[in-house]
Amino acid sequence: MADISKEQVKHVAHLARLAVTDEEVEQLVDELSAIIDYAEQLNELDTDGIEPTTHVLDLKNIMRKDEPKEWITQEEAFKNAPDHEDGHFRVPSILGDS
Amino acid sequence: MSLFDHTIKELEAKLHNKEITVQDLVDESYRRIKEVDGQVNAFLTLDEENARAKAKELDEAADATASLFGVPGGIKDNIVTKGVRTTCASQFLDNFNDPLYDATVVQKLKNEQAISVGKLNMDEFAMGSTNENSSYTPTRNPWNTDYVPGGSSGGSAAAVAAGEVLFSLGSDTGGSIRQPASFCGVVGMKPTYGRVSRFGLVAFASSLDQIGPITRTVEDNARVLEVIAGHDEMDTTSANIDVPKYTEALTKDISGLKIAVPKEYLAEGVAPEVRESILEALKVYESLGATWEEVSLPHSKYAVSAYYLLSSSEASANLARFDGVRYGVRSENADNLIDVFKKSRSEGFGPEVKKRIMLGTFALSSGYYDAYYKKAQKVRTLIKQDFDKIFEDFDVIVGPTSPTPAYKVGELIDDPLTMYANDILTIPVNLAGVPGISLPCGFSENGLPIGLQIIGKYFDESTVYRAAHAFEQATEHHKKRPQLGGAN
Amino acid sequence: MNFETIIGLEVHVELKTNSKIFSPSINAFGSDPNTNINPIDLGYPGTLPVLNEEAVNFAMKAAMALNCEIATHTKFDRKNYFYPDNPKAYQISQFDQPIGENGWIEIEVNGKKKRIGITRVHMEEDAGKLTHGEDGYSYIDFNRQGTPLIEIVSEPDMRSPEEAYAYLEKLKNIIQYTGVSDVKMQEGSLRCDANISLRPIGQEKFGTKAELKNLNSFSFVQKGLEFEEKRQEKVLLSGGEILQETRRYDEKTKETILMRVKEGSDDYRYFPEPDLVPLYIDDVWKERVRSEIPELPDARRKRYVSELGLSEYDANVLTNSKQVSDFFEEAVSHGGDIKQVSNWLMGEVSAYMNKHYKEIQELAITPEALAKMIQLIEDGTISSKIAKKVFAELVENGGDPEQIVKDKGLVQISDPEQLKEIVNNVLDENEQSIIDFKSGKGKAHGFLVGQIMKVTKGQANPPLVNKILSEELSKR
Repeated sequence: MADISKEQVKHVAHLARLAVTDEEVEQLVDELSAIIDYAEQLNELDTDGIEPTTHVLDLKNIMRKDEPKEWITQEEAFKNAPDHEDGHFRVPSILGDS
Repeated sequence: MSLFDHTIKELEAKLHNKEITVQDLVDESYRRIKEVDGQVNAFLTLDEENARAKAKELDEAADATASLFGVPGGIKDNIVTKGVRTTCASQFLDNFNDPLYDATVVQKLKNEQAISVGKLNMDEFAMGSTNENSSYTPTRNPWNTDYVPGGSSGGSAAAVAAGEVLFSLGSDTGGSIRQPASFCGVVGMKPTYGRVSRFGLVAFASSLDQIGPITRTVEDNARVLEVIAGHDEMDTTSANIDVPKYTEALTKDISGLKIAVPKEYLAEGVAPEVRESILEALKVYESLGATWEEVSLPHSKYAVSAYYLLSSSEASANLARFDGVRYGVRSENADNLIDVFKKSRSEGFGPEVKKRIMLGTFALSSGYYDAYYKKAQKVRTLIKQDFDKIFEDFDVIVGPTSPTPAYKVGELIDDPLTMYANDILTIPVNLAGVPGISLPCGFSENGLPIGLQIIGKYFDESTVYRAAHAFEQATEHHKKRPQLGGAN
Repeated sequence: MNFETIIGLEVHVELKTNSKIFSPSINAFGSDPNTNINPIDLGYPGTLPVLNEEAVNFAMKAAMALNCEIATHTKFDRKNYFYPDNPKAYQISQFDQPIGENGWIEIEVNGKKKRIGITRVHMEEDAGKLTHGEDGYSYIDFNRQGTPLIEIVSEPDMRSPEEAYAYLEKLKNIIQYTGVSDVKMQEGSLRCDANISLRPIGQEKFGTKAELKNLNSFSFVQKGLEFEEKRQEKVLLSGGEILQETRRYDEKTKETILMRVKEGSDDYRYFPEPDLVPLYIDDVWKERVRSEIPELPDARRKRYVSELGLSEYDANVLTNSKQVSDFFEEAVSHGGDIKQVSNWLMGEVSAYMNKHYKEIQELAITPEALAKMIQLIEDGTISSKIAKKVFAELVENGGDPEQIVKDKGLVQISDPEQLKEIVNNVLDENEQSIIDFKSGKGKAHGFLVGQIMKVTKGQANPPLVNKILSEELSKR
């Protein structure tokens, strides 16, 4: 199952919203297949009954009180924005080929 | 002798006695940067005007008791700084001139009156171990500029090694503080996961990332960690555990210290000269009254695979926010919405970043999640259990930081799997979440530093520091300086 | 061939906490665009979510009110997808451990009661708001980003658009009682997507479903489903195939329109959120929240019938809105007669609200004032007719009914001597009516009463007027 096809690479690139040229697709097929091949070694391990680890620390129920706080102004919100107009961030509406 | 050959504590005394001023320290920092950074490329952005103004202000201040009063340092460029450009060494953030807020660690440094002189080079979004993935001019190793400084915190380690700053902050996801510290002959600490707030650290792999200090000496390192550690309400994964006075742990008394040496850490693949340095170091430990025994971390050989699956998966989500809508560089060739996303990302990210996003997206995608992501999480549990077991009987684990000294620039760039595999000694520490430090323990035949890694129990940075400090004080390695652009 | 309709609903409800679910920005509707935001809401690099405890309490309260089992171990997950209103390109949501599961609510359609199952209730963050301009650009306001949401997923238990409507009404009613949301569809604090499929009667396997979006009112949900029911039936009868597609309801044409055909399921690449630690909800926490849930509509309805003696119908109408029902209870507690308060609320008050598109809490009249006004009717101080004048004043401007009656001189004339004089004056001026009355024309009596009321501006005590008029007529 290790070999990744060109179609898979293109599909994954779309999911990740990366534009890839045919050349890059070829290269990614090789690179990803090599890494995945390497990762197949994990299947040597029997992990039945082993709990997956998401958090190494056993922390629970860390929450904050429901208190609003002021932080930035509308002007600051647009400070790094590539495009904004009339109090809004702006993007082209045409979806384009997906 | 440079002012920066002194420890922070020594400089504190000199400031106190009015032998020097804060402005002298900041002058020294920028003088040295001008002198050598053309060769080293440690800095991406300098904050000279603010730094000098702050120095002047501190020299006029009545109270000079803050613990990093007037100490010049550098910040890795994936740690956000209000009003100062933060790029993560990525073209995508080339215009990110004001992140609007300070990372918690930056705020803590400011509270203790440290002075940030600028932002430090790195592998793009912290992905890499040579600094060759910086989208700007990569940092070089101050000991020999034909060699890489390591990564991803290559700029942070090189700046300290080159005497440009007294300390720096780096981040460590799979070795990114310890490995460059090892390559550059300085002291780099990756604290316990949850010891230091990640708020304001641009996330690579959220469950693995930790910020830590890089310094010339263990004492300075402990001093900086004391400042930046602690619970933060803005990071719910930061632990609410008191921060001990790490500097008070540096007693030099390590008699009875029980050291574990995993056989996997001295196995084949570790360069002979590295192995010898470690064995030498163990002799030093014996002479100081510590004992050591060989142990096994049986799952460590799976760590690299698990790490690349987990870190890339988390990264694929963490880096998805770079879409060209609210900040960053939007592609000029984007006429429709899909292109705003696809072209901005493809033009803004370098090849290594794209590759890891692809890997992570794949590992999380429908039909593969259980086989790759979840499997890797289970292996992570096994690796964590390996450490837990050893720490039932031992105080620290000791071994090399990296199987080899620094690579030549370009040496491994076309061999990613070998490069990834070389992180095998640092990665398990991140997967387990325990603290680890790297400090100089020798030099290779061609004069490149070799690093000793000391790994401790959860939240037991004190013992790690004590063990590191005892070794450092019993040896001379930390006194050696790279010869760069004239006398240092 | 006869078909059975299968409907399941996904309802999103915004929780009205003070601040957002993962950031301390104000959670409010209707502010200037991009003002209730901070770097966390904008997905700035380096920011981290911090969970708002109240959002968990509210979600739990809602799930409990919907008879869900509450998870002891629960957590958040990342749901990955790119969209301009989704700043991190992942939504923090709950995937495999929702806070509530296996709930139900009871609906009633055409007198028949039925339980609709609730598969799950989970917590998540709302996205920003995207508006498409006519200039080729879309505009994004991130104020809504991070508003706490619960998604309530029903079982496919509904068999008609009417049942779907009843489910939504009931759901809204229950949530409103818990107080965790405004549940206003027009402000987007309640939103609904509907899944509908048809299967031949007797067949067990579900048919392919279509998803309906852009349903902006409960009646559009019903109408959209009715249209879709017919459309699918037509396709199936003509031997066609239903595709798994997303359709939107067009309010103008009253049709559903194809948005996109789904190929397989969307790949959201869910994985546990590493930035948030898990939740452990122990029994103490659960019981604390449970104890804060007020009496829910079904319980209240039953109590109104069994304890207050109201009809099923009246109890239903009153409890349909928590605000009206609360108003009712308060007015009764201030001494208002149960039947009278109920009649006024369902009559004049409701008519006024409908006419002016107002909620009961927006009216100037207080429950206490309504109760007092009813007492004034009962003790004969004012007539029912006059009461309408008093009410008109109360509902517009508020105030104390007794004071209004006094200031406007609306007190009923009940002094027999005074009335006798008025009656005789009217009789003097209407000789013809007396003749008519005497010649047996009953209408004349009514005419004379009307004249007396006119002269007294309606303030004459009606029974007394009748009595005195009869007496005086007989004397003539």
